[in-house]
Amino acid sequence: MSGKATAQPLSLKVASGAFLAFWCLLAAFPIVWIAVMSFKSPRDAFAASAWDVITGPATRAAGNGLSILDIVVGLAFLFFAIRWAFTGLPKLVTRFSPPGVIVLGWLVGAAVFGIAFVLIFFGILPPVLGAINSILGPLGDPIIGLTVEHYQAVWGENQFYRNFMNSMIVTAGVVTISLTVGTLAGYGLARSGSSLAFWLLILALVFRALPHSVLVAGYLPWFINSAEILRPIFGELSPTLYGQPWAVIAVLVSINQPFTIWMLRSFFQNIPAELDEAARVDGCSHFQAFRRVIMPVMWPGVITTGLFSFLLGYNDFLVTSLLLDAQNQTMVPAIAGYFNRETTTTDQVEAVAAAVSITAPLFLLVMVFQRQIVSGLTAGAVKG
Amino acid sequence: MKFKTFFWFVAPSVFMMLLFIAAPLVSVFIQSFQVTQPVMQRIEVETCTPGFLTQTCTTEVKTVPTIDDVTGKTITTTSWVGLQSYRNVLQMDKVWEAVSNGSFRDILQIDFWRALRFTLMFTLLTLPLVIGVGLMIALAVNNAAKSLKGPVIFVSLLPFIITPVIGSLSIYWLFVGDGILTATLERWTGQDIAMFAQAWTIELLMYFYRVWHVAPFAFVIFYAGLQTVNMDTLESAIIDGANRFERLRYVIVPHLMPLIIFIALIHLMDSYRAFEEIVGFRSQAHVISLQWLTYDFMVPDDAGNRAISRASASAMLTMIGIVLLLILPLRRTWRDHKGGAH
Repeated sequence: MSGKATAQPLSLKVASGAFLAFWCLLAAFPIVWIAVMSFKSPRDAFAASAWDVITGPATRAAGNGLSILDIVVGLAFLFFAIRWAFTGLPKLVTRFSPPGVIVLGWLVGAAVFGIAFVLIFFGILPPVLGAINSILGPLGDPIIGLTVEHYQAVWGENQFYRNFMNSMIVTAGVVTISLTVGTLAGYGLARSGSSLAFWLLILALVFRALPHSVLVAGYLPWFINSAEILRPIFGELSPTLYGQPWAVIAVLVSINQPFTIWMLRSFFQNIPAELDEAARVDGCSHFQAFRRVIMPVMWPGVITTGLFSFLLGYNDFLVTSLLLDAQNQTMVPAIAGYFNRETTTTDQVEAVAAAVSITAPLFLLVMVFQRQIVSGLTAGAVKG
Repeated sequence: MKFKTFFWFVAPSVFMMLLFIAAPLVSVFIQSFQVTQPVMQRIEVETCTPGFLTQTCTTEVKTVPTIDDVTGKTITTTSWVGLQSYRNVLQMDKVWEAVSNGSFRDILQIDFWRALRFTLMFTLLTLPLVIGVGLMIALAVNNAAKSLKGPVIFVSLLPFIITPVIGSLSIYWLFVGDGILTATLERWTGQDIAMFAQAWTIELLMYFYRVWHVAPFAFVIFYAGLQTVNMDTLESAIIDGANRFERLRYVIVPHLMPLIIFIALIHLMDSYRAFEEIVGFRSQAHVISLQWLTYDFMVPDDAGNRAISRASASAMLTMIGIVLLLILPLRRTWRDHKGGAH
């Protein structure tokens, strides 16, 4: 914007700033609030007054809480840990990981950092601070109620970690297969200018519009009866597809293919065709050109599409709740199980704790991959 | 690219899509004309109760499902019933009765029409809200200080990324019973408010949830579009004496029009499939959507039976609806593409 003509009057700036602040509050409030609720005792979590929910008097009375020392030390530790994760950790990873497998180095580094953080923050700090608090007397009394009993109940007694493992298995399968199949198709569609490619894309768009319940209604009876149907081919070993994670992975990959190939096609279109044309002039076939020239440069687009595939697999409720049985359930349909169990306020707060557990990885994901998510959302729209 | 190479590149993807998207459509179509029922047989059952000196025995004839000796499961037959399942879902006889009585409210007692009304209203009412709110956020972020933009975009993305079930649950927990927002509303209006006891309050919350969830998506796309506004056009508009609002209406909005159509298309597709809100707000008794109706037919009831046939009929009707809804925007996109190609 140049010059005085486009300069904005102060009232407009104040108004737009206020609107933005209001929107940010609106966007973050429900999520932050359920996180606050999950750490309080049931009476506090559902208290009618907001101040009671934040300070947690009943939780405090039961002896669970944070004193001033706890809050100061905890916040300082968090601040330094996060700052080191963004400054010191990358340096360590680049120094110690062997060349060419920096992704592996990052995975190991992130895992080690995560484990160390959990150990210190949840394992070492509480006993140490507890000892110091008892020495301090009245200064060590809790001022904000906080209890992790709901998380212990959800993850320990109700074995939510099983659902977490199932979610990880299903999501990892969805992401890897979806990206493998989608990159090939996206590359083919981007490089071929034929009308068949165009019609395939339109067909994919129509498929994307279909409600998922329509599709699941189509193969639910087949999955349930698959043992009898496949018996002539596989004999006694014919599998029942209902309740199998790999069947769910295949279904989720296929349902999300239209979205994946549209996104990958737009990323491949941004890679200049001269690159693989030069490789083909040098004698490579299309597939070799893809493997040697395109694959090294396609990773930003692939990571972005992988992110959205992860989100679609992780957040899915309809397909996983219909096609998985109780043993193999992923985290999101497991929350629905909490509703059926919900008879007391304690159960309700446990459901809140489960919901926050599901949201925490997503929160980290947005923090780390924010730029990729934004570029992914705009790539399809602005250019396509 | 030769056809053969192109074929091998896209083959795995197309195969998966045909197997899990196209084939089920055919299967749903066929299933909607069939009904699978267990084969029943009548058997004599003798029940004896202990008496004083002798037992009293009664013999009665019961109808029980036949069990296969080999697999241990009930034997079922599948028979063609034509449009019977469609009739069960649509209940047109009750509809005509209500129309001839003039009591249109009765039509909304039937599940399918209740779901249809809500789904259509939901889709069409949230569309302008999403576009409007997204545009306002994009304009406001464009005005913001550079250092603030990153954190603001981070916070704005959260409603979009969060699992839909959990997002609607978080709003549910804020309003349920004596939740803090309901308590605040009760203090302001002085009356007792139960947000989840009647349909219209639940619907309002669902509209709010959907706009909260999709506005970040519209915001990000509009924000990217705003970066490419032609400065020359804007400056000539200023020279011509346009005020701020006229500049928005005559320069910026036409520039963003392809993005508006894109967002409208995606939003129509996605909100027609509204489903997680019904689960998250637990509104099955008051408000349902078309996709939830199909899902409900497919969930096994207490006896373990799934109403596959009615689910298929409801799924076909849902699909017809989305095709009709999308014809207009798709035709425009098709015409644009053809016009651009030539």
